[in-house]
Amino acid sequence: MSSLDPVIRIKKVSKVYDLGLIQVHALKGINLNILSNEYVAIMGPSGSGKSTLMNLLGCLDTPTSGQYFLAGEDVAEMEDNELAAVRNKQIGFVFQSFNLLPRASILKNVELPLVYSGMDIDERRERAFRKLEQVGLADRVEHRPNELSGGQRQRVAIARALVNDPSILLADEPTGNLDSRTGEDIMRLFAELHQTGQTILLVTHEDEIARHALRCVRLKDGYIESDEAISERV
Amino acid sequence: MKRFLNEFEENIRIAMEQLWVHKMRSLLTALGVIIGIIAVTLMGTAIKGIDKGFSDSLDMLGQDIFYVERWPWRDVGDDWILYRNRRFINTKYADELNQYIAGNPHSLLRLAVPASNATRTVEYRGRNVSGVFLVGTTADFNLINTADLSYGRFFNRSEEVGSYPVTILGYDVADALFPAGIATAIEETVLIARHKFTVIGVLSRQGDFLGMQSFDKQAIMPLSAMRKFHRGNWSNSLRVQALPDVSMSHAHDELVGYMRLIRRLMPDQDNDFEVNRSEALEEQIGPIKAGLTLAGFFITGLALFVGAIGIMNITFVSVRERTREIGTRRALGARRSTILWQFLLEAVAVCLMGGILGLLSAVALFQVLQWYFPNFPFVFSSDLVLIAMVLSIAVGIISGLAPAWQAARLDPANALRHE
Repeated sequence: MSSLDPVIRIKKVSKVYDLGLIQVHALKGINLNILSNEYVAIMGPSGSGKSTLMNLLGCLDTPTSGQYFLAGEDVAEMEDNELAAVRNKQIGFVFQSFNLLPRASILKNVELPLVYSGMDIDERRERAFRKLEQVGLADRVEHRPNELSGGQRQRVAIARALVNDPSILLADEPTGNLDSRTGEDIMRLFAELHQTGQTILLVTHEDEIARHALRCVRLKDGYIESDEAISERV
Repeated sequence: MKRFLNEFEENIRIAMEQLWVHKMRSLLTALGVIIGIIAVTLMGTAIKGIDKGFSDSLDMLGQDIFYVERWPWRDVGDDWILYRNRRFINTKYADELNQYIAGNPHSLLRLAVPASNATRTVEYRGRNVSGVFLVGTTADFNLINTADLSYGRFFNRSEEVGSYPVTILGYDVADALFPAGIATAIEETVLIARHKFTVIGVLSRQGDFLGMQSFDKQAIMPLSAMRKFHRGNWSNSLRVQALPDVSMSHAHDELVGYMRLIRRLMPDQDNDFEVNRSEALEEQIGPIKAGLTLAGFFITGLALFVGAIGIMNITFVSVRERTREIGTRRALGARRSTILWQFLLEAVAVCLMGGILGLLSAVALFQVLQWYFPNFPFVFSSDLVLIAMVLSIAVGIISGLAPAWQAARLDPANALRHE
């Protein structure tokens, strides 16, 4: 796969939620291609289908119809266990509220995806440690999440997301729980990761944050309203 | 496989962590299991204890010895008048039996010994023990006696024939009369029914069975010596030993045949004697054991059932509390089965902890009981530990399955949004 082949290829994807009495059409047949090492912001007001798209992109859910190729694999028709493996290997999640395990050390937290991929403990430790080093927390590996600041916690979460070298980093409002200065730090880290070749998808509702990306996809009522390069970058 | 081992290890770590974090909650939840395990171990120990005590008493009576008597060893109820009117057992029957045994080269029997019984007081220098079970017998008695001698010797043939006033005391009798030590009893003169007897031996301690008849409160003497103060034949009996390793029921039939000849019974006449065996007592102990087992199973079952519901409930709570964690783990690559195992192991861990605490409490309880009832033969065995562990794990799996299934069924996207 050359770097110009799309990492994500979505064709006529629809998602319908059957609520019994009514059917909600959250996505109405959208097409989207994302190339390797792109840095894309996905925006849209609530109810636009933004969350639904993020769940589909993150393989947390499957589309009602349409095709989704992730790193060349057709994931739309996959079984539950196959999806778990894809999430484990291809996708790095970063959540608004960090979602770290409160009672495990940050090293253990970063190791967790490697536990699920069946890696030896020594190799696991080593890789988790290197990722924590990369986000500047090598001196905190034995600390617990509640002993760290919000920004540090989010960096732990980013190290965890990257530990399996995923095809895409999927960040859902990564600065939503942080003050603006810490948020800027995190966005700088994202820029660095992008420079080293990481493909990043950033889901946000803040223009300020979206402007760190190179391309912006706006959703409205289940359609893609606009898809354009960002001219005035931060 | 590698992945499974990794996940298993991770799940065990989570289970231990949850136990530790929710110490009080886990303990209270496990209470049902703790009580259940205590009940099952106590029941097992009591039943094993009864079995052991029972087999000990059978050994005291002699597993291979028939007791020819007027009365059977069972509750006769309203038929007692039939037995009361039976002819007495004559001590001379023993000689006749021994002749039959000697005359039959294929006999399954070894030896018959007469015994006349009475209950009297034994005195020594102002001390006395009342209600001592006296056994008047022949020198052959020593050949089939089941109790060992601690000190001294048994009486011999010439002492038997010469009606020597010698006696062998049971342990409790010697212990009460000679506080300085049972060894000092030898060669001392005691009064039995106000007759002088010389102590020539002391039996070793045999113990009693669940507070029933004691085998240590007896005195053995030559039948001829006993006849000086006890002439009645109403309490006579014969002890007949079978040869080793023969069919006891065939030996029984042979003995019944001889007794019918001795009693000169016609073919149409019923036996007017009873051939008792230690086995007959087993039928009496059966219902006690059955009752105990039933009560034990009921208490255990109830406690474990209540415990299982409690653990199911707390595991449901745990799944609810940690829905977002489940979502996160699923997003990071945990399969449904991983989550299922996680919560199943958590429930099993709580139960196993309850099981271990239950066992420890049971052991402590036995120590206390042993202190209060030193004669009860408590038997704590390793298979009880195994049963307790298997039961706890089973309860854990049964109670954890429904909540763990619910956790595994959660939609990862919804679980992640859970507040």
